[in-house]
Amino acid sequence: MTGLRKLSFDAVVIGGGGAGMRASLQMAQSGFKTACLTKVFPTRSHTVSAQGGITCAIASADPNDDWRWHMYDTVKGSDYIGDQDAIEYMCSVGPEAVFELEHMGLPFSRFENGRIYQRPFGGQSKDYGAGGQAARTCAAADRTGHALLHTLYQANLKNNTTFLNEWFAVDLVRNQDGVVVGVIAIEIETGEVVFVESKATVLATGGAGRIYASTTNAHINTGDGIGMALRAGYAVQDIEMWQFHPTGIYGAGTLVTEGCRGEGGYLINKDGERFMERYAPNAKDLAGRDVVARSMMTEILEGRGCGEHGDHVFLKLDHLGKEILHSRLPGITELSKTFAHVDPVNAPIPVVPTCHYMMGGIPTNVNGQAITQVNGKDEIIPGLYACGEAACVSVHGANRLGGNSLLDLVVFGRAAGIFIEEQLQQGIDYRLASEDDVDRAMGRLNSLDSNDNGEDTAELKRELQNCMQNYFGVFRDGEYMKKGRDELNAMRDRVANIAISDKSKAFNTARMEALELQNLFEVAEATAIAADERTESRGAHSRNDFPERDDKNWLCHSMYHPETKKLTKRDVNFKPKTVDTFEPKVRTY
Amino acid sequence: MLVSVYRYNPETDREPYMQDVEVSLPEGKDLMVLDVLNLIKEKDQSLSYRRSCREGVCGSDGVNMNGKNGLACITPVSEVVTGGKLVVRPLPGLPVIRDLVVDMGVFYKQYQRIKPYLQNSTPAGGRERLQSPEDRAKLDGLYECILCACCSTSCPSFWWNPEKFVGPSGLLQAYRFLADSRDEATEERLAELDDPFSVFRCRGIMNCVSVCPKGLNPTKAIGHIRDMLLSRAT
Repeated sequence: MTGLRKLSFDAVVIGGGGAGMRASLQMAQSGFKTACLTKVFPTRSHTVSAQGGITCAIASADPNDDWRWHMYDTVKGSDYIGDQDAIEYMCSVGPEAVFELEHMGLPFSRFENGRIYQRPFGGQSKDYGAGGQAARTCAAADRTGHALLHTLYQANLKNNTTFLNEWFAVDLVRNQDGVVVGVIAIEIETGEVVFVESKATVLATGGAGRIYASTTNAHINTGDGIGMALRAGYAVQDIEMWQFHPTGIYGAGTLVTEGCRGEGGYLINKDGERFMERYAPNAKDLAGRDVVARSMMTEILEGRGCGEHGDHVFLKLDHLGKEILHSRLPGITELSKTFAHVDPVNAPIPVVPTCHYMMGGIPTNVNGQAITQVNGKDEIIPGLYACGEAACVSVHGANRLGGNSLLDLVVFGRAAGIFIEEQLQQGIDYRLASEDDVDRAMGRLNSLDSNDNGEDTAELKRELQNCMQNYFGVFRDGEYMKKGRDELNAMRDRVANIAISDKSKAFNTARMEALELQNLFEVAEATAIAADERTESRGAHSRNDFPERDDKNWLCHSMYHPETKKLTKRDVNFKPKTVDTFEPKVRTY
Repeated sequence: MLVSVYRYNPETDREPYMQDVEVSLPEGKDLMVLDVLNLIKEKDQSLSYRRSCREGVCGSDGVNMNGKNGLACITPVSEVVTGGKLVVRPLPGLPVIRDLVVDMGVFYKQYQRIKPYLQNSTPAGGRERLQSPEDRAKLDGLYECILCACCSTSCPSFWWNPEKFVGPSGLLQAYRFLADSRDEATEERLAELDDPFSVFRCRGIMNCVSVCPKGLNPTKAIGHIRDMLLSRAT
């Protein structure tokens, strides 16, 4: 570690999105020396793109609403592999966490009586599914994520959180006892490499939607925390579970609302055939999202996709006429023009099932403590925490409900902060990292910087994203996944052998993109192996060769172990503390 | 298409220069300026710029395109190209770190200066503070700011006095809290703005309004603050 500068904190949070800033706020409020280390200025984080809202039983739209109903919906939505103690915690603590956001200034929309506005979302019910549709999603117009992220940034400014803005975390540093004692990070503006030492290290690095060619996710969603955890040898949980949306704009990934099909739009293949009539003769294009997305993938894989590469289908809207499009779908008309370079009045919109959310991640308990599995038993990783999309606590199981991601990140960012506060108050003792410990964490960066002849980041990234898109998308099949795994296998050495032509220090984004691609690869490989090994269909994981849910063998979490590349199982928690267990049932809506 | 990009690497360049790059664009598609930058970067890794959401909500990629500030990710090439040439420069008026990446320090400093957080010391109880839909509507057109800095860096008053004039973005945010029925610090906020520079350096040029990628109107917000300051003085 010759010459390496060291910064020391009580707690360092990696990631300046909703989860990270809620965690850092909690600790900064208590006066602990807290750093939020983020590769982009905090308000550029992907939380900013959340639109619809934050689902929570604050009993505003319905004074009789009950968090237990929200819990029931979430357990059912997870296809029964969400941990019921964690879901219980999220749904019951949620109202407090949402009211805190309001007190911080979040500009929620309002009802006439001045309370927070709530709207209906998918999968919501009253009275454990028996009382009809609920309206439980608290919203700030259709910019809830933006409002939430800015509010949290503002609250952190008020509480003097130290922001390490535009710093890129490279790898975890562990001492000789295996305690995580901080990270190696690059200050992007200067290129300086710094050892950021901390008594508690929180991974709040968000999702990794960029493993797919088509994603609603920002460029920055490259699974950096997952990559760091996997390289450290820790297991990740349910990483095969990815949520897709049927209609993301091809190439850009921007979402096109289901309302287009509600207004009479429909999907066509390269022959102009309205193919949904074959897959869902009654509901056609308005079948369930998973059904539509799977049907689209079948068309593409069987060679009936559109375009030069046959890798998308079309959403046809022109038959609706200019008037309807402009009066009822003006936003989509605008989006389509902006991102598909197509005016839907004249031409169909190229769409493709689009990766949206990573349900899996770093397993944690409700306190945010990261867990790995050793010889089949849970072990807490000392010094390491995770929250938000990077974590798998697990409240989403095999399928996340809309509006639950924002609640997850606020509730568990807060919970991690509260727990770390308590730990810090009691005192945290560990042996300082030695030079060797730090050098070990420098390995990847050193090897990238010393490589003069190697693979090109952009080219490899394209191959990786296409591989994941083709073989591990909405619709999965053992045969295709084997092909995908072979391709990824062949890619591993090449990914380790990336060379950057630009080795300068100041704001070198080429170096960052290379490091990001290596993170993406770790997530992709874990996804591929876990998806292939989970031999059933559940929630978002849908297999042709194993079309049924298999509760006998797979009513459990998957744990992917990076060193052996093997999958093991982990029990789902069915023991909430204050309510009866929700027993698995056939999931119908 | 010919693209002229501002280049400056502090380690190798004594001074900035414009680099001309010929980029072949796919037929029949009107790319965003960000797409064009990505194409250039695939060939030349050394080009640096910021980007994140690529849909106009995160505010990372404010740049100057053929003389006008905007977000590269939602600006179609056809909208800005003149004479068959796309010219991309960093946002004007801020120090350049490298290529299209500017040092936003003074911009963020002005944002922090207006205390951009709700101030209310009355205990709220176990629920949300109530706010009528009419009072909430007063925040529309204010809270949507994405801090991209397109406005402040197009403002001649901010170019001249970036340390003393808060600038359109900071003042828009200042008014967002002045206008919030839940905020109790109106007097303190106004007192901190009551000098010849913070607000009154705005000359109503309205470049901020013309470039805001979110369609917001900082000049109008500044007008409201002026009114509040003036009625406070009398």
